[in-house]
Amino acid sequence: MNQIPLTHILFVSTALFFIGMYGLLTRRNLITMLMSVELILNSVNINFVAFNRYLYADKLDGVFFTLFIITIAAAEAAVAIAIMIHLYRNLNSIDVEQTDEMKF
Amino acid sequence: MGIGLIAGLQQELAVVLIVIVLLFIKLGSDRYRTETILGLVNVLLGINLAAGLMMAPTQTVLFGGGFHTNELIILEKNIFNLGTLLISLQAYDWLKGHKLALEFYMLLLSTLAGLFFMISAGNLLMFYLGLEMSTIPLAALSNFDLEKRQSSEAAVKFIMSSAFSSALLLFGISLLYGATGTLDLGTLAASDDNLPLRMAGILGSTGAHALLVFAFVLLLSGFAFKISVVPFHLWTADVYEGSPVPVTAYLSVISKGAVFFAFIQVLYTTFRPLARDWYNMLVLLAVLTMLTGNLFALRQDKLKRLLAFSSIAQVGFILVGMTGSPTTANASVIYFILVYLFSNLGAFGVVAVVSAMTGKEGIDDYKGLYKTNPFLSWVMAISLFSLAGIPPTAGFFGKFFLLMSGAGRGNYVFISMAALNMVISLYYYLRVIKAIFMDANDHPIGRLKISLLPAIALMVCVAGVLLTGLLGWVYDYIYSLSANF
Repeated sequence: MNQIPLTHILFVSTALFFIGMYGLLTRRNLITMLMSVELILNSVNINFVAFNRYLYADKLDGVFFTLFIITIAAAEAAVAIAIMIHLYRNLNSIDVEQTDEMKF
Repeated sequence: MGIGLIAGLQQELAVVLIVIVLLFIKLGSDRYRTETILGLVNVLLGINLAAGLMMAPTQTVLFGGGFHTNELIILEKNIFNLGTLLISLQAYDWLKGHKLALEFYMLLLSTLAGLFFMISAGNLLMFYLGLEMSTIPLAALSNFDLEKRQSSEAAVKFIMSSAFSSALLLFGISLLYGATGTLDLGTLAASDDNLPLRMAGILGSTGAHALLVFAFVLLLSGFAFKISVVPFHLWTADVYEGSPVPVTAYLSVISKGAVFFAFIQVLYTTFRPLARDWYNMLVLLAVLTMLTGNLFALRQDKLKRLLAFSSIAQVGFILVGMTGSPTTANASVIYFILVYLFSNLGAFGVVAVVSAMTGKEGIDDYKGLYKTNPFLSWVMAISLFSLAGIPPTAGFFGKFFLLMSGAGRGNYVFISMAALNMVISLYYYLRVIKAIFMDANDHPIGRLKISLLPAIALMVCVAGVLLTGLLGWVYDYIYSLSANF
């Protein structure tokens, strides 16, 4: 049976990690920044599932970790979006460049 | 099993129980008086602290090694119970006028429960769950000055940077899992030595070691974000300035302290085989953190922002202590966090009282405070002296033990850098004290009537600052518990 080698999958997840990082650092819209963080979390999920399936298939540690990451990412997104809505009411914008009331 | 579960989880269950009581009050009626609620919560927190202190020292391992507790961890949790009670007492004036006081306590206490689980974590999954359980409500808490724009800015900055830092941490954990095949902190430590890595088959043994170091660096940056070590400190000042004062106090003392306890456990159990790799990293980070924190604190005009940068500098000193040998490092860090809790909460308590009654937070506003409010002025002065490390206060002993622990490795250039940084920090602490005691002001803050609960909290802080240093058995007790660490 032809199996995709582990390194290919790791390449995808690492690429996803750095795409997410790039998006977080360059985007100025808070929602897009949140999406970039979710990309990084998804790359972590791919890592966990791939390691579990290819290297340590005897126990399910990695898969369980993935389940928890998905749940917590949802909770985090909910709170983050609530905070953004509140910011929008005060500021009429969700552009990070405008959250500059406090500066040193 | 049932009894064992309750005995081991006693402190967590107590905190969760208070949350449930508050939830039922909220559900049951919408016509409660805020003052009554505040009184009730403070009494409950007091009982919680007393129950924690009287708890029989047990050594428990639950959930297949996912949760463990022992005498040292119980002590750490008691320190945080005390800190939460003090913050809750100081928040009285601010919460009295806030219409969501119940929700404030629910979020605050679930944060505390999360931190407890994080300290007790036996594997990385439990650790991550506890960390997130504390971070997400904290972001909501920093938005609690609902009318202020600054507060929502602070919350946005906090949740974005903490989400990013957890993502880094998780990527590190996933690589660690790939390299070793386990999430259990104890097993990870053992597997580092003989590298029974299936990854080694793919990467070769140097490659596997490099992967471990890379995973460690990612984990380290995740931790560094949470405790605001220098390259990752940029969120700290803004979040501290924008959040309500009690939340700032909580962030700077409790949540930071808990992450430190988890960090030191991870460093000295899981990553002990990599000690040669992380010692130099810690030294570099410590020097950078102290210097940056101190230099930026010099030019601040707002007291909260000054305290934020001073807390960054203090983190640098704690890192100095962490580079020592395991027992002294652990004992000195726990002791310093106890001292830091009293001194920082004393300073923040004064800021909380003044800010809740007058809304003033600038250093210039504090000029001439001594003429009108001698009690607040003395509390502030004693706390700041302790933060600066002036001898009769406990801060001196805390810093002394930290530097002693760091000096154990014989890296004296590093220790002299730390000592020089203490001199720099004196400048900005004394500037506040000069403003309070010596500068004249045409419109000083009027005579404030301090409510009973904040007054109690401030007196406890002053007593703590003066006594923890002079009573020698405090450090000896912590040291004896750390001996088998």
